[in-house]
Amino acid sequence: MAERAAHLPLHRQRNPLRNAVLGLSWAWLLALVLVPNLLVLTASLLTRDPAHFLQLPPTLDSYARLLDPVYLRVFLHSLGMAAVTTLGCLALGYPFAWALSRIDARWRPLLVFLLILPFWTNSLVRTYAIKQLLAANGLINQLLLALGLIDAPLNLLYTQGAVILGLVYLLLPFMILPLYAVFEDLRPELLLASRDLGAGRLATFVHVLIPLTLPGIIAGTLLVLLPALGMFYVADVLGGARVLLVGNLIKNQFLDARDWPFGAAASILLTAAMALLLFAHRLARRRLAGTAR
Amino acid sequence: MTQPLLSLRAIGKTYDQRAVLENLSLEVFDGEFLTLLGPSGCGKTTLLRLIAGFEQPDTGSIHLAGADLTAVPPERRPLNTVFQQYALFPHLDVFGNVAYGLRRERRPRAEIAARVEAALALVQLDGLARRKPRQLSGGQQQRVAIARALVKRPQLLLLDEPLSALDAGLRRQMQLELKRLQRELGIAFVFVTHDQEEALSMSDRVAVLHEGVLQQLGTPREVYERPANLFTARFVGAANLFPAQVLETQGDRVVVDCAGQRRTLPAPSFAPRAGQRVSLLLRPEDIRVLAPTADHGVPGIVVERNYKGSTLDSLIHLEGGQQVLASEFFDEDDPAFDYRLGEPVRVSWVDGWEWMLPDDG
Repeated sequence: MAERAAHLPLHRQRNPLRNAVLGLSWAWLLALVLVPNLLVLTASLLTRDPAHFLQLPPTLDSYARLLDPVYLRVFLHSLGMAAVTTLGCLALGYPFAWALSRIDARWRPLLVFLLILPFWTNSLVRTYAIKQLLAANGLINQLLLALGLIDAPLNLLYTQGAVILGLVYLLLPFMILPLYAVFEDLRPELLLASRDLGAGRLATFVHVLIPLTLPGIIAGTLLVLLPALGMFYVADVLGGARVLLVGNLIKNQFLDARDWPFGAAASILLTAAMALLLFAHRLARRRLAGTAR
Repeated sequence: MTQPLLSLRAIGKTYDQRAVLENLSLEVFDGEFLTLLGPSGCGKTTLLRLIAGFEQPDTGSIHLAGADLTAVPPERRPLNTVFQQYALFPHLDVFGNVAYGLRRERRPRAEIAARVEAALALVQLDGLARRKPRQLSGGQQQRVAIARALVKRPQLLLLDEPLSALDAGLRRQMQLELKRLQRELGIAFVFVTHDQEEALSMSDRVAVLHEGVLQQLGTPREVYERPANLFTARFVGAANLFPAQVLETQGDRVVVDCAGQRRTLPAPSFAPRAGQRVSLLLRPEDIRVLAPTADHGVPGIVVERNYKGSTLDSLIHLEGGQQVLASEFFDEDDPAFDYRLGEPVRVSWVDGWEWMLPDDG
């Protein structure tokens, strides 16, 4: 038996340690991902109960209510803000990731480390820090007043712009890291070959650089777009009391309106959107899979 | 002489205060197969990148068919490159790769299809147009890279060690095929390699580079038989270099002392001075191995024998400590031919077959 096992591919071999590690991962996924999501799905299909949050009978009412123009507007508005945030991250992150991949290899780990460093501070705290910068008596206004560029403080805080700034700031590393990974794999001769064959800089960008970095663009978009729909505290802190993001809507349903089924249905919608984007990402990856090195 | 197709005039290039190319001038003629030969780091790839336009020379100029190319970006130079690792676009299939350059020229669809098909037929890849590069073997990828460059009908094709990633058999086959393509199309090729055998067998002319300086430019035969200096002598082919000293010059003859023997040889290409130290270059096939009883030659001992079918290669340890490589054609009628390991012999050559070089150049 042992002799036969040696001829089998590694993943078919019986290895107790390997099985234990795999089992643990599966148990972790089951307990912390699958079960909570199933609970949310179940909640979304139940009826609201003022006392116990949820009660029978099962109903699709919550999903029907999502189609209400009021909520549809919130969704569309939130999607618009998320799209602007994603474009902002892409516009800043693409050249940054490219530069990072071209810099002397000695400095790259340090720069990637600096990029990740802010994660060590809670994002809520960092959001409040931005609030301090933008406030009427904040650093930016004080500086502009001192320089005599303005006479009265600018209204920077509690605007959509402030929310988008906060989202871009918090989510930028999630755009840069996957882009950096594809840029690092990109062989510079491909760009030279394009130029050599008569393509100028712009044509090379469109016909070679974009297609080859597309998996990174999609991955970065996935990692930015969905959190940008849900980061309710950024909208709360920087955008004031208005409901700006789907995240605010969901939070309000659970904490203020006490309508768990409706909040859960809105969550499921976000999860479904995420699944759709992941599927698109897989398709793009498959088209480029096994890129000749 | 006819107008050169490409002329490089006094090219200089420096990286981090290290001169990669120094005052290099070179001309390439239409329809010529010119090889840039040198060890790694000699500047040959940099020179190719300057011609392609990927980099700018610090000094000097590049002219193609009379027009100054020095400041022209690569996409507007009428020449194309075959890259060392092929650099095929992984997101495009074979057709898309070959059509890439024509599409950038906005050629009509029908013309693109016809020209791509012709280019693929030229490199014997018909029927593989819909494959992705990753589905091709190394040799096939190589052919796509060649077709992609040739489909643009360049005036000059640059090839950067295009065969170095192939195994020996395929490499030999591609050498013949490249030579055939170059003959058939009549396009000038500038071919970069560090393999001197490849350079000798493929080229019309060879430019030998070392440390950014052009050492010699000549036909393969000139470079092999009459190297300009000791570097070229050692780098191109196997070389036996015998140290010698000039004793006196007698008109068109020169008398030297070589390993204690006085030999009167034809005067070399340079003007020798009495007392000057020189080296006598002898290729292995110029060496004669004689019986120990012969009346001339340097005594030595056979330390290695390597039977090659048509030739017998021997390594002979001379009394002075020098090693000599001899390559002799088989002569079955010669009983003295088959000496054994450890056997004493004498090593000599026919006067005039040596090539004399000054030691300081």
